[in-house]
Parts: sequence; structure tokens; C-alpha cells
Amino acid sequence: MSVNFLYPEYEVERNTNRCIACRVCERQCANEVHRYDEDLQMMLADESKCVNCHRCVSLCPTRALKIVKTNHTFKESANWTKNNIEELYRQANSGGVLLTSMGNPCDYPVYWDKILINASQVTNPSIDPLREPMETRTYLGKKNVKIERDANGKLIPNLPVNLELTMPMLFGAMSYGAISYNAHESLARAAEALGIYYNTGEGGLHQDFYKYGPNTIVQVASGRFGVHKDYLESGAAIEIKIGQGAKPGIGGHLPGHKTMGDISRTRMIPEGSDAISPAPHHDIYSIEDLRQLVFSLKEATNYKKPVSVKIAAVHNIAAIASGIARSGADIIAIDGFRGGTGAAPTRIRDNVGIPIELALAAVDQRLRDEGIRDNVSIVVSGSIRNSADIVKAVALGADAVYLGTAALMALGCHLCRSCHTGKCNWGISTQRPELVKRLNPNIGSQRLINLMNAWNHEIKEMMGGMGINSIEALRGNRLMLRGVGLNEKELEILGIKHAGE
Amino acid sequence: MKRIYVDEKWCLGCHLCEYYCAFSNSGENDMVKALKNKMIHPRIQVEENNGISFAVNCRHCEDPICVKGCLTGALSIENGVIRIDKKKCIGCYTCIALCPYGAVMPSPDGVVQKCELCLQRDGNPMCVQNCPNQAIVYEEGVEI
Repeated sequence: MSVNFLYPEYEVERNTNRCIACRVCERQCANEVHRYDEDLQMMLADESKCVNCHRCVSLCPTRALKIVKTNHTFKESANWTKNNIEELYRQANSGGVLLTSMGNPCDYPVYWDKILINASQVTNPSIDPLREPMETRTYLGKKNVKIERDANGKLIPNLPVNLELTMPMLFGAMSYGAISYNAHESLARAAEALGIYYNTGEGGLHQDFYKYGPNTIVQVASGRFGVHKDYLESGAAIEIKIGQGAKPGIGGHLPGHKTMGDISRTRMIPEGSDAISPAPHHDIYSIEDLRQLVFSLKEATNYKKPVSVKIAAVHNIAAIASGIARSGADIIAIDGFRGGTGAAPTRIRDNVGIPIELALAAVDQRLRDEGIRDNVSIVVSGSIRNSADIVKAVALGADAVYLGTAALMALGCHLCRSCHTGKCNWGISTQRPELVKRLNPNIGSQRLINLMNAWNHEIKEMMGGMGINSIEALRGNRLMLRGVGLNEKELEILGIKHAGE
Repeated sequence: MKRIYVDEKWCLGCHLCEYYCAFSNSGENDMVKALKNKMIHPRIQVEENNGISFAVNCRHCEDPICVKGCLTGALSIENGVIRIDKKKCIGCYTCIALCPYGAVMPSPDGVVQKCELCLQRDGNPMCVQNCPNQAIVYEEGVEI
């Protein structure tokens, strides 16, 4: 029906002078955009199917392809933007909730970009990390505030269990099911090689990956998929997932056609059944209930593993975090509203939650004010894009950061925001075997290792510039930050001064 | 000796190796100039069926029957690499009939062609360099 028609968002521009009709674009596009016409002896494209994932562009041997945003236009206004118009038309046609994936793309302030980092000049020397020791090793978990000694004056070794990280980064929770076997293997191998951790997400742990247990954080979410004794014992830490930044307050849904074979076995649900994670944990309606689950998990694992609680950054985050810090949890993971997802309703992703920068500053301050900051470590996530974001997060009070989207990008993700279609051309968010094999973990894990080492190096450079030689000395050191273009209230919440002050 | 090996686990069947092979053997230094509007005759060829694919080229056998069977001495072993001297080849196709891998094939110029590990270029096989998934590797391995 013509009233349904929406002009394609992207156009495939093929330089026919360069195209040798090798058809690699056709073979590599799971969306079936490209085809070869025998009569015309040339490649043709149906751009209405294009999601702009750049698989064809990247593999074209003669650089004959590029994807451009269409300049076809509505009679737009600042109020009725192209997105608003198109989404309305789409819903008038389908009657359904709009689905999308990856992080919030809307034009909300990115506070990282309004914060600047300090450097030493004259009065305190900067440090060259290539010549002098520079420590980015950090530990996650409860810290003892006081040193205790026995009657003979000997130290009592009562350090709580902590996770040791060689750098303040972890790979974020992405389930086997949401992402592919090869994506998981890449993350696991990279985490092991780097001395950091990856997170199973809520889909359980594939039998093949138990060997990476010492570098694995196993998640327990509202669906409790794949949770059993060996699973809990296999990981270095356990994470209770309450919420996710991309979709605070709502659950998850892995459709039945994706819960086949290994995924059904790993999740411990029948093949072809929908894997529905309820919005709440049905046994958690208070901090006291949370405390019960925290201690159930600790009891089940003999108090040998730190327990993390992951929540989405929402309006009352500081009070919620205070409750979690008193619940016996060792780590609070806070996921900001720009955090990614394999599938979420568009309205939720684009309108619910708060920026991680503000949430982090508010939580760190609240826990310090209440004298319980050492009860927990704080791990933040929700669009950490580079090493400077990490330095700023640590200076705002984070112990470490979770990297989800950034890690996927190292594996080849081009942010086409089509994970929910299950046709990921890069072999990441798909379960189709012919697509999954496109991600070779030998390449994937090496690219993750490269990225993390590069960022770690940059973090050391920035710390050196500030005259700080350990990441622990940077944590919560907000004097190292200045805001630009922020109002009084924003500066107050971030707990930083304006540039020039 | 280094040989080209293919792991079908990572072969995507994208056929890029074939085009890079044709480019490498074209003598041109621009891929568009070499391959535009041309039928390619690659020395490496992707076999595919039922979702399994892998590229096949000369295995450079230690004891090659193609060389043994060559009537004119056009095929010879040079530092472990089986080379073809097209000037000596008479196009009898005995080698094609003998090769158990189907890795020797007729050439558009009347004689036969086979993979010579890009020795006519710089000795860095282009199919290996340009495989997008590292399914084709060039390394020391088992003698065949």
C-alpha cells in the first residue's frame, strides 16, 4: 500500500568504473541487498534492505562501494523530525511496539565530552610511564577500612575476596544467545590473555568455556537461565542482574527460534521455547530480599567469590546504590542510559534512565557521605568510548568500567543497530552458523587484546601527565577534572569545578 | 617448507581468494584494470556444498605425480615449489588427469596453470594476505 512507503534510509553507491562484479558483496550480505544481473552483466542493489553495516564496503576488493545517507527528505521541522515521522508511520502500519538495538542514539548531553582532564606543570612533576613505574592494576570487592592485629601484634589476614584486574576494564555482560559462540570465545580468550574478566550475561555458560572460569563473571538474572551449582562455582565472581541501562525496568525476550541446540542446553530450557526474563526478580522486592539472594549465592559458593549487583542508572540511583552497598554485595555495576542491548523497545531505550556520568558521581558521593564507600567497588558502563572516558570515570569515583559496545566494535560491529534481526553480517549478534563463522576468534580475541592494551597505555599516559602513578590514586580524585559549558547544578552533581576555577 | 593451508571452519565462501589470485597472476598492478569485464581463471578455487566451503590450490606435494607424469619436463620442483614452465608445456593435460586435488587446470592461453605461491610476484601469496577470515594461511606444516 503506497501509504506504507518509506524511502530507504541509505543508498548504496557503486562506482561501476571500479566494480569487477566479483559478487563478494552479494555473498556477504545476509540482508540480500546486492545481486548480479546476468542480462545486464552488472551488480544491482535493493537499498531498502540495507542496514548500513558496511560488510560489503569492507570486503569489496576494489573499493567500489560506499553507503550514503539518503538526502530524500520530509518536510521536517525541529519538532517533527524524520525519525518521529517515520516511526509514527511504521507503527500506524504495524500496530506494534518499535524494536531496536544497541545504545541510545538520541541527542542527549554526553558529559564525558564536557569534562577535561588535568595535567601537571612546574609545581608537581608529571611522570613518563615509559620510564617510571605506572600501575593500572586494581581490585574489585569490599575493602577493609582498618588493619587488625592479634594480641601479639601480628596482622590478621582477613582481606575479603577481591577480583584482581590488570587494568580497570572488564567486558560487559552479553549473553550467549544475544551474541554468538565465536563472540563469546573471543571475549573469553581476550580476558584470559589480558588478566581481566568477561561476563556471561544471563544466558548461562557454554560447556566449552568453563575453562575460562577464572576470568569469567557469571550472571544470575531474573530468568535464572543456565544457573546451577557448577555454573556458580566456575566463575571468578557472580553478578546479580537487576537492570540494564538500555532498558531499565523491563525484562528480556530471546525468541524461540534462537533457543536451539547449544543455546537451549546452555540456558537449560527446551528447544524452541521463548526465553523470557521477567522485568523484576520475583524474589526481590526490597533490599532485604536482595540481601537474601546475595548471601544465598555466597553460601552456595562457600564465600569464595565476590557478588556484584548490576542496576540501570535511574533517577533515585544514589539511594538504591546505598541499599545495595548495605546488602552484602561486593560490587555495584551501574549501567547508564546509553548502554547497549541486543534488542529493546525503541521508546524505552531512547527515553528511560539517566546518564552514567551523573549517576556515578551521585553514587560515589552518597556512599562516601554515608561512610560505606569501601563496602563496595563501583563498576560503570553505558557507552565508554575511549580511554579518556575511563580516566574521567575513575576520577569521578569508579573502580573500573564494563565495556560492551566498545568490545563488540573491536570484533567488527559497525553499530548498524540491527542486532534484533538476528542477521548480523559480522557474525556477532546472530546464531546462523554461516554468519557466526565470519567471526574467527583468533582474529577477534587479538583485536580485543590490541584495543585494551592501547587504552591501558593511553590511561598510563594521562595518569602520568597528572603526576599520578597508580589508578587507585586517581579514583575519586575529582580535582583532576574540570567541566566546560556545564551549569551550576551539573557541576554540583558531578562534584567538579568549572574550567578556570 | 611453507605451504598454503585452508581451514574450512573459517572459510566463508566469499571467493575473494579467487579474485586476488587472478589479480596476482595478471601482471597488472591495479585490480580494476586487471579484472574489469574479464572472466577470471584463478589457480585457487573454492569448493562449496551444503554450507561447507574451502579453497583448493596446489598442495606442493613432496612426491608429486604431476611432475612424474609430465612428458616434457615443463613441471619441475624448485625449492619444494612445483613450478610450471609454460614454454615447455605442450598442453597434453596428463598432469590435470593425475592431480588428485584438481589443483592443476587448463589455462586460457592453451597450456596448464597452477598455483606457484605467488613466486612470479613477491612470494607472498595474495589469497592468504587478503582472506578476510584468516581461513587461508601460509605456514610450515605437514608434508603432503
